[in-house]
Amino acid sequence: MTMKRVALTGNEAMALAMRQAKPDVFIGYPITPASDILSAIAKYVANGEMEAEFMTPESEHSVASALFGASSAGARSFTCTASQGLALMHEVLHIISGARLPIVISSSSRSLSSPINVHGDHADFMDMRDASFIQIFSENSQDSYDNFLQGVKIAESVRLPAIISSDGFITSHNLEPVEVLKDDEAYDFVGEFKPAYSILDIQNPITINPLSLPDSFMEIKKSQSDAMAFAKKEIIKTAKEYQKLSGREYGFFRPYKLKDAEIAIVVMGSTAETAQSVIDELRKKDVKAGILALRVFRPFPYLKIAEALKNCKAICIMDRSDGFSGHGGPLFVETSAALYDLKNKPKIISRIYGLGGREINEEMIKSVFEDIKKLSENKKVERYGYVGLKI
Amino acid sequence: MKKNKYFAGIIKDPGSTLKYKTYVWRDGLKPSWIKKNCTNCLTCFINCPDQAIKVDKDGNMAGHNLDYCKGCGICAQVCPAKPKAIVMKKE
Repeated sequence: MTMKRVALTGNEAMALAMRQAKPDVFIGYPITPASDILSAIAKYVANGEMEAEFMTPESEHSVASALFGASSAGARSFTCTASQGLALMHEVLHIISGARLPIVISSSSRSLSSPINVHGDHADFMDMRDASFIQIFSENSQDSYDNFLQGVKIAESVRLPAIISSDGFITSHNLEPVEVLKDDEAYDFVGEFKPAYSILDIQNPITINPLSLPDSFMEIKKSQSDAMAFAKKEIIKTAKEYQKLSGREYGFFRPYKLKDAEIAIVVMGSTAETAQSVIDELRKKDVKAGILALRVFRPFPYLKIAEALKNCKAICIMDRSDGFSGHGGPLFVETSAALYDLKNKPKIISRIYGLGGREINEEMIKSVFEDIKKLSENKKVERYGYVGLKI
Repeated sequence: MKKNKYFAGIIKDPGSTLKYKTYVWRDGLKPSWIKKNCTNCLTCFINCPDQAIKVDKDGNMAGHNLDYCKGCGICAQVCPAKPKAIVMKKE
């Protein structure tokens, strides 16, 4: 099949995937750096290229609430947001996932205030990690496009909402070549939305979100938890189907020269691509270095991560948000839990980088690898630190 | 709809509240009405925080609705009759 190759920013790629998935409803409120998604959708609707009902309520809290209504009526419903917008939605996110509504959010990750900062980091994405959303992260514009189409299919099959994110500004505003599917191919892949229930189905009236007291609440939550665990299977199944269509391979993460690696970093988002050239340089010097670039953060692929890292001597988990546990970044905490069951546990350190859009360059990543190398040689290294600090 | 009856806590049958008897919240004590002491003053009816005091069509006290009584004991406390017409007893 011949793929069309077009120049798109991460935001445009995501907006295109949204149009191709043909939502019934799109509700949004602008926020940097995701505003371009909203304006692209507005343009599609105005030009008659998208038939969705387009709404712009007064805040993100109202966006999420309106999405809840639309989705429970049986409509395929999307939005885009980031940072404070996502944080303002937070209360409703839990209500959406509890009601098992497969709403899909496209996001360009950005820092959280204060102090105010509009640039990219993963604080907003990590802030919602207990909201029972499927959380998928993209390294570049191509990933943003592919992940969104797959995200819709996964969310609707396991009846859980999903958020597909890319690095704010770094990916969201960077023009890159993206191979796109034809409209009908993309829609055939995603398929028609078959809602689990609809409040507009007057032949089968139901009560949604009723009061659930201690006699039933836990059973409902267990069923939600099972769905998240089951999503792992669906993610792999969907990736295989997508590979047949596009030729591009996806999984829980993208390993780079990880098979024989002795030292490695675990990282999410665009930094994984920056790190690849560092690995190439290190490999020339016979340093066996590798990358585990995590794509799926929820459900967290514990076993697969442990399997992929079991032969490493030392690892650094790089977080683009702090998490403020006083111990290490959120990705560090999860990854170290994943490694707990290994017989020969690799040594691990946590490094925080790129907060509020701070540059992360090859030199900085090299310095991280120097630390991991020392760690693998049993030398003393700071366990939890920042990269690229001025102080 | 999914077969799992706990899926999103959705209720398919109407009138399900009728099936939900809140007496399960009661913790050990329930009120007992002693008809011969009762003066039909209905102080218990006014003070009951639920609607667990039954009143017949003539406006007379007619005992407790134990399906919804939470066993708080307010009716027994406020009963002005001597000796009392409502006492709390073990379940």
